[in-house]
Order: sequence, then C-alpha cells, then structure tokens
Amino acid sequence: MLIQRPHDVPPSEITPKSVFAERRQFLRLAAGGALVLALSDAHAGDRLPAAAASPYSTPEEPTPYRHVTGYNNFVEFGSGKDIPAERAHRLRTSPWSVTLDGLVHKPRMLAIEDILKLAPLEERVYRLRCVEGWSMVVPWVGFSLSTLLKQVEPLGSARYVALESVVQPDTQPGVRLPLLDWPYTEGLRLDEAMHPLTLAAVGLYGEVMPKQNGAPVRLVVPWKYGFKSAKSIVRIRFTDKEPLTTWNKLQPDEYGFYANVNPEVSHPRWSQARERRIGDFLKRPTQLFNGYAEQVGPLYAGMDLRKFY
Amino acid sequence: MAKYIAALKTALFILCLLPLAHYAAGLWQDTLGANPIEALTRGLGDWALRLLLITLAVTPLRRLSGWAWLLKLRRMLGLFAFFYASLHLIAYLWLDQFFDWAEIGRDILKRPFITVGMATFLLLAPLAATSTKAMIRRLGGQRWQRLHRLIYPAALLAVLHFTWMVKVDVREPALYGVILAVLLGLRAWWRIDDWRRPLVPRRRIIPIQVRR
Repeated sequence: MLIQRPHDVPPSEITPKSVFAERRQFLRLAAGGALVLALSDAHAGDRLPAAAASPYSTPEEPTPYRHVTGYNNFVEFGSGKDIPAERAHRLRTSPWSVTLDGLVHKPRMLAIEDILKLAPLEERVYRLRCVEGWSMVVPWVGFSLSTLLKQVEPLGSARYVALESVVQPDTQPGVRLPLLDWPYTEGLRLDEAMHPLTLAAVGLYGEVMPKQNGAPVRLVVPWKYGFKSAKSIVRIRFTDKEPLTTWNKLQPDEYGFYANVNPEVSHPRWSQARERRIGDFLKRPTQLFNGYAEQVGPLYAGMDLRKFY
Repeated sequence: MAKYIAALKTALFILCLLPLAHYAAGLWQDTLGANPIEALTRGLGDWALRLLLITLAVTPLRRLSGWAWLLKLRRMLGLFAFFYASLHLIAYLWLDQFFDWAEIGRDILKRPFITVGMATFLLLAPLAATSTKAMIRRLGGQRWQRLHRLIYPAALLAVLHFTWMVKVDVREPALYGVILAVLLGLRAWWRIDDWRRPLVPRRRIIPIQVRR
C-alpha cells in the first residue's frame, strides 16, 4: 500500500532556526505562568518524548511552526484566524479528562496523563486541507485514535462516534456568542474513526500541543476538510445513528457529514479544485481524499461522493 | 478658501493611499501573516467598502454640519472606493484565480457572494467613468445625478457580498450594514420631510450645492 520510506530524521529535528527562537519565547512565556499546560508537568513548548517516525508521513516540507500555530480556526476563541494564537493561552487544560461512553461495554473517563501512556507516540506528518481553500503540512505527534477507542470495547451496534470539544465560557469568548451550536461536535463513521490514519494528536513539531491547535488532545483526520478534526476533545460518544455535527447543522448544503476532500465536489462558496499551500504563491490542484485515496478510498467504495459530501 | 481646499484634497489623497501602503509594506516585509494573499484581497475589499460608506456619508454630514466644502471631497473619495474595489477585483482575478476565465465564470454563476461582488463592481464602473466635469456637462446634471444613484444599490450589494463571504461571525458586515442603513435612512427621511413642506423649493442643485 505505502511505498514511502520513513524518514531517518523526523522533520521536527530539522526545524529552521527561527522556529527554535520562537520556541524559546514560548518557554519564557510558559515560565511566566501564562502558558502552563495540562500534561501533568508539561508546558506548551516542552518537548514530548521522542516520537517514532511513521510510514504514514508525507515527505513534503512541513509548514513553518509560526504559521501552524498562528493561523488557526478555533471558533471557540473567536472567528479570526489570528485570534486563537492570541487568546487560547487562557484555556485550562489541567485537569483534563476524556469521557468515552454510549454504545460501549466499558464506558470510561480517562485522564489525559493516562491517555498519553496508551501507546508509544508517533510523528505523523500529514497534509491538512481547510474547506476554505488553503492547506498546510503539519508534523503531528500522537497515535491512532483506534487505540483510544478500543479501551472501552465498542458494542456491535455502535456505528458512529461523536466527538465533543471543550466549552469553557470564562476562557473562550467565542462560546459566549451564538456563532455555532456549542459544544463543537464532530462525528465519524466507526470505520473511519478506527482507520489507522485517524489520529489522536497530543502535540506537533515534537512539542506538547499548543492550545490554539487544540490542546491537550485533538482529532486529526487528514483526508477530510479541517473542520472535521475537532480540537480539545472532552467526550467521545458511540452511537448507532449518524451524529448531528456542528457545521452540518449550521449549513447542511455547505458542510456535509463526510466532508472528504474532493476537488470534484465544490462548496457553494469555494471551488475545491485547487488550494493554496501556506507559503506558496501559486495554487496547486487539490487531490481526492487529500492525497490519501490509496489508504481510505476503500472506505467509500460504491458511495456517491457527490451525494455524501 | 480654494487654497485650503487644495491642501485638504492633497492631505485626503495621501490619507486614502495609506491602506495601500500598509498592504504593500506588509507584502514586502512578510507581516501579513500565514496567508498574505488572503489578507491582501480581504483588506482591499474592506477598504473599498469603507470608502464607499465614507463617500455616502458626505451628503448627510454636509447637511448636518452645513459645511458645503465637504462636497468638494466627494469625488475623490468615490474614486478611491472604486480604486480599492478595482484592486480587490484584480487580486481575485490574478492571485486567487490566475486568470482562469472558465473557473472565474463558474465562480460568478455558482457562488452568490461572487455574483454579488461582480455586480457591485459593474454598478460602480460607470460612476467612475463619468466622474469628470466633462462627463457631468455631457450628461447634464439631472441625468448624471440619476446615474450616480447607482451608488445606493452598489453599497447594498457590497455589504451583502461581505455578509455572504463570512462563514459564521457576521458582526463586522452587520456593522457596515447598520452604518449604511443610517446613511440611506437619513436621505429617505429628509426626502419625506421635503415632500411634507411643498412650499419649500426642492433641493435639486447639482453637482455642488451652496449653503442656504
């Protein structure tokens, strides 16, 4: 299936110097108490334990750290893309736990410290394609979501998962406005959620997840538009019916449940045929399933992708 | 007085170029963030709309303040609105679509916010083209004024264009909508007021009204 050779050196190890300078600034801020992160004694900017390179990684050049952490959609903090980087430091990520319930044998509430110990961390360099027509390459750190989901032994009747993001009205100005129907909820079919590409991410660029990127744990589904990859997850519910998801509820004709990256299916406001990779001048053609067709195409065999967009 | 107006016009000209200078410097120094082309395109659109509203504010301001000279600045403001709208359009055609006319055609037909944006530009273009004194003379004051009322639907469409472009948070376009409603509402109110007093001659002095 995959013929790419894993990198000998993870891209995080060859980060440009400017990035290290920024990291130091992050650390200074963290030392000042502004960016104290949840992971027991871990802070934003702290290195995570060395993560193994993954055969799922793309060899493409990662988008610079300052853009990955400075250009975010995280509507809980407001609607501008520079706003999460300004405001997210207030998010309380300690203590943090994720509730797994619904159609499962063993519903559980897992503390973030325990989630981190579930599996060895991997570095997964994934393409990220936003529905707005831009894209990035992000060196995530985490492990397959399936590892987490298997902890609670889903019932045979479970066919979907709904993932809920945190709501902290005192730290998230956006949730005090009726912008979206809070909590931000995303959903996947169980086979999508169990697919090895689907990531429970706890960091990026070898560091603890910055808050604006969805600390302390978020979903990353690289073949779907970015809004599917819910941030700062507090609950995963197993259901037998397709869960109602936030953007789909808001504008069903614009944001489908599946939201698979597809250059052939245009959005009412953005043609999805091309995308601008952050840092590029020219646009590039968008790939079916964001370039992951080989791995995830079989999940949708026989489905009309125009109907189930 | 003429000297002051000339100085004022020069100052306003420079002021109106500042947003452009800001974005040019931002591009040069790479301070427009992760997606400078998006920031530039949106910024140019923002300033086109803002200048359109400022242009529309001239008449109410003049009427409320009695400063007739304000009217002498209106043409420049309107032309700058059109200037930024043109740059906004060029940014879209070039940096967003790279002159892919088939794709641009589909965009115009299929994406309502782009349809409306194009319509706005088409309404503004004849106003810019007939902004000279020679054109006012050629058209005659009445016809010229009638033509230039196209700025009202153009401004409404511009606000709609912005509103439909936004994903969720419509507070900013809503603010422009409120400002536009006030500017147009004042005109409507004054017009009704004039009708109520039929003995007072209608105000139809074009293009520059002298203070009564």
